[in-house]
Amino acid sequence: MNRLLIALFLLLPAAVFASTDVHLDDAPINPRDAVSLQRGARLFVNYCLNCHSAEFMRYNRLEAFGLTPDEIRENLIFTGAKVGDTMKVAMTRTEGRAWFGAPPPDLSVIARSRGKDWLYTYLRTFYRDETTFTGWNNLVFPNVGMPHVLWQLQGEQAAKIEEKTDAHGKKVEHRELSLAAKGEMTPLEYDQAVVDLVNYLVFMGEPNRAKRIQVGIITLFMLGVLFIFAYWLKKEFWKDVR
Amino acid sequence: MGDEAVLNGPSFTSEAKVDKGKRNFLIAATSVVGGVVGASVAVPFIVSMQPSARARAAGAPVEVDIGKIEPGAMLTVEWRGKPVWILNRTKPMLETLSGDQNRLADPNSESSVQPANCRNETRSLKPEYLVAVGICTHLGCSPSPMFTPGDASGLGANWPGGFLCPCHGSRFDLAARVFAGQPAPTNLEIPPYYFMSETRVLIGEEKKGA
Amino acid sequence: MANGTTTSEKLLQWVDDRLPLTATWKAHLSEYYAPKNFNFWYYFGSLAILVLVIQILTGIFLTMNYKPSAENAFASVEYIMRDVDWGWLIRYMHSTGASFFFIVVYLHMFRALLYGSYRKPRELLWIIGCFIYLALMAEAFFGYLLPWGQMSFWGAQVIVNLFASIPVIGPDLAIWIRGDFVVGDATLNRFFAFHVIAVPLVLLGLVFVHIIALHEVGSNNPDGIEIKKKKDPKTGIPLDGIPFHPYYTVKDIVGTVVFLAIFSCVLFFAPELGGYFLESNNFIPADPLKTPSHIAPVWYFTPFYAMLRAVPSMFGSQFPGVAVMGAAVVILFFLPWLDRSPVKSIRYRGSIYKTALALFVIAFVILGWLGIEAPTPLYTWMARVLTVVYFAFFLLMPWYTKIDKVSPEPQRVTH
Repeated sequence: MNRLLIALFLLLPAAVFASTDVHLDDAPINPRDAVSLQRGARLFVNYCLNCHSAEFMRYNRLEAFGLTPDEIRENLIFTGAKVGDTMKVAMTRTEGRAWFGAPPPDLSVIARSRGKDWLYTYLRTFYRDETTFTGWNNLVFPNVGMPHVLWQLQGEQAAKIEEKTDAHGKKVEHRELSLAAKGEMTPLEYDQAVVDLVNYLVFMGEPNRAKRIQVGIITLFMLGVLFIFAYWLKKEFWKDVR
Repeated sequence: MGDEAVLNGPSFTSEAKVDKGKRNFLIAATSVVGGVVGASVAVPFIVSMQPSARARAAGAPVEVDIGKIEPGAMLTVEWRGKPVWILNRTKPMLETLSGDQNRLADPNSESSVQPANCRNETRSLKPEYLVAVGICTHLGCSPSPMFTPGDASGLGANWPGGFLCPCHGSRFDLAARVFAGQPAPTNLEIPPYYFMSETRVLIGEEKKGA
Repeated sequence: MANGTTTSEKLLQWVDDRLPLTATWKAHLSEYYAPKNFNFWYYFGSLAILVLVIQILTGIFLTMNYKPSAENAFASVEYIMRDVDWGWLIRYMHSTGASFFFIVVYLHMFRALLYGSYRKPRELLWIIGCFIYLALMAEAFFGYLLPWGQMSFWGAQVIVNLFASIPVIGPDLAIWIRGDFVVGDATLNRFFAFHVIAVPLVLLGLVFVHIIALHEVGSNNPDGIEIKKKKDPKTGIPLDGIPFHPYYTVKDIVGTVVFLAIFSCVLFFAPELGGYFLESNNFIPADPLKTPSHIAPVWYFTPFYAMLRAVPSMFGSQFPGVAVMGAAVVILFFLPWLDRSPVKSIRYRGSIYKTALALFVIAFVILGWLGIEAPTPLYTWMARVLTVVYFAFFLLMPWYTKIDKVSPEPQRVTH
C-alpha cells in the first residue's frame, strides 16, 4: 500500500516536463564563477540598465563576487547613484509604453519568472526583420518590442523561413537563423558573453542563493547530530514498552 | 499463548528496572543539542529585526558642500532622518566660547556625545565650522538659532549668541553646549564627520585610518 | 504542607492551588494513555501542530516588513528577500511551510481512512478535523494573494468569480467579497486581515477543540480496536496503553527532527520545487490587463480544480462545477456514517475496501495532476471519470463496506 503511494508520488515530476513551443537551449552558467558574474554585471549596466530597471537590486550586493564599493562606484554606476542605492532608471512606465509599445519590465527577478534557459535562448535568437517596428524579431518572443541591444557584439542574424509539417500533420513555419553580418565578437565569444549576462541575471534574481545553500548544509549537519541523540533517547525509553 | 503477566499486566515497565543514570545523561545531552539547534533557529529571527539594507543605505553618510556658507550663516542637512547643522562661525562668535565657561552645565563635554577629536573648546574639527545634530537633548525638539548677542535677542544682556529650544526653553551656546539649569541635561550631539576637502564635508563617518 | 518540600515544589503547589497545572499535565500528558502500537502514520498529528507553529512564527516576522497594498506588496516581498537580514530564510520557511502543511494534513487524513479513526466514538473528532481542513484551505487561499504576483492575482480573480456563479446572490456576493468590482487593493488588504488574524484564530481554536475531543475518547490505533476495553483491574490503565509522556513525546521528537531535515532539504536546496511550491509566474507583478496563458491553483488545490473544470457548464452557468467541487469537500464530513463495516482498520477489512481505497488515492493524485495541466478533450474525460471514482468511494461505501469480507479483529493490539 505504502509502496504504491510512493511510486505514484515519484511519477509526479514527469508532469513538470511540459512541452514548450520553442526548444530552449540549456544555459551553462556557473553561479560560483565570480569573474563571469563581474563580466555579466558590466554587460548589464552598459546595455540593459538604460531601459530596464532592477529596482530591487542594490549596487552594493555586487560586492558578493569580489568587487569593492569603489570599484562598483567607478566602473558600474553611471547615474550618480550611491553604492547603497538600487538600480533605478529615469524612464517611467508611461514613457516606456509610449516609446516601445510596452514598458520594459523590471529585471530584478526576471530569471525567476522566465528561467535561465529562456533568457539564454532569447538573447541569442534575435534576427533582422524589416516588418517590425524595431527592425528586429526574436524566435523565443515573436514580435517583441525590444530591439537587439547586443547586435554590435553578436552581429546581425537573418531568418530563413520554411514551411514544414509537424508530427500532427499541421503546417508550421520553421525559422532557421544564420549570421548575415559579423559583430565585434565571434559566435563563441558572444555565446560566452550571454552566459555571463544570464549568470548575472540569475544572481540578481536571488542574491542570497549562495548563503542559502551554505546555511542548508550546516542545518542538515546539525539536525543529523540532533537526530542521533533524539533517536538514542527514544530507544532507551522504549525499552520499557512491550 | 504467552505469559500471563504479559497478557494481563501493563504495557510499560515500572520505574525500578530503568538505568536512571543513562536516561538522565541522554535527556541532558539531547536537551543541550536541541538547545543549540533552537538557538540557531532563534538567531536569524532576532537579527532580522535589525536595520535592513534599505535602512542602512538611507542612513548612509551624507556629503555636503560647505563652500557657499557665508560666515555667520548656517546650513541644515538631513542625516539618518535628523537635522544636522553646519554653522560657519565668525571670529567674534568664536571668542564668546571661552567667556561663558561657568554658566555652562558641561563646559568640557564630559557627558555629551561627540567624536574624540571634537572634544575640545570649539567642539569641532576646524574651529570655524560647527557640525552638530540639531536635536535638543531634553525631549527631541529642534532648537532655533539665536545668533544675535545681547538684549536684542530677548534673552538678556549676557546672551552670547547660540540656540534656544522652543519647547521647554533650553539654551545652548555657539558650540552647542548647554547652559546650566536648563531642562536639557547634556550638550548637543556632534556626529562623526570629516573634511573630504576644504569645501566638502562627509557627515556620518570619521576619516578612516586617521 | 509536608516538611522538607523544596522551593520549586512549594512554587508548584502555589500555582496548582490557583490553576490546574499539574492536573492538566497528568490528564493530557503523563497519565494520558495512548495505544502502544502507533506507527509511521501517527506522526502527522504532532507534525501538523509543528507546522502550524512554524507558520505563525514566520508569519509574525513577515508581517513586520510586508506591506499589504497593491502598490507595495510585491516590492515588500522582494525587500524581505534581499534587504531584511535573514528575510529570505523567513520567507522560504513560510512558503515551504504552506505546502508542507498540506502534505502533512493529507497524510494525517489518510491515516484516518486507513484505520477508521473517524468511526464511533470519534465522529465529532473527524468533523472538527474537516473544519480544520476547510479553514486551512481558506487560510492558504487568502495567503496566496498577498505576494501580489500574476498567479496570486489571477488565481484570486478566478476563484472569486466562482462565487459569482452562485444563482441569484452570486454577483453581489463576489463584489462584497472583493470590496470592489475587480480584485484590487481593497481585496488585498482584507485578505491580509483574514490571513494574518481572523483565520489563524479560528484555526487555533479548532485545533484546541480537536485535541480535547481526541483526549475525551482516546486515540485509535492501527488495529482499530478500542484499548479502553481491556483495562488493568488494579490501576484502571488500558493494558495496551502507554503514557503519552515520556514515550510519545520522545518518539515525536525523533519524528520532528526527521521532518525538519526533509523540510530543510526543500527549503535550502529547492525552495521553488520545480515551480510547485513557488510558481515562476508569481515572480511577475500582478497585471490586471494581462492574463497568463496558463492559470493553475497551487498544487494542494488542484484535485478539486480538476473536478471543477471537468463538470460542463449547464444552463449557461458554471455553478454545477462549483457545486461538485464543494460537494467533494463536504462529503468528507459524512464519512463516519457512510462506513458500515463491522471493523475499523484496513488490516481486517476485505479486498473490496482495499481496492476502493487504492482507486480513491489514485483518482485523487491523478486529478491533482490534471488540475495542473491545461485542459484537453482527453484530459477532460479522464477528469470526469476520476471525479466519478472519487465520489463513488464515498457514495457506494454503505454498500461495499457491508458486503466486504472482514477478518476477526484481535482482542489486544498486535503491532
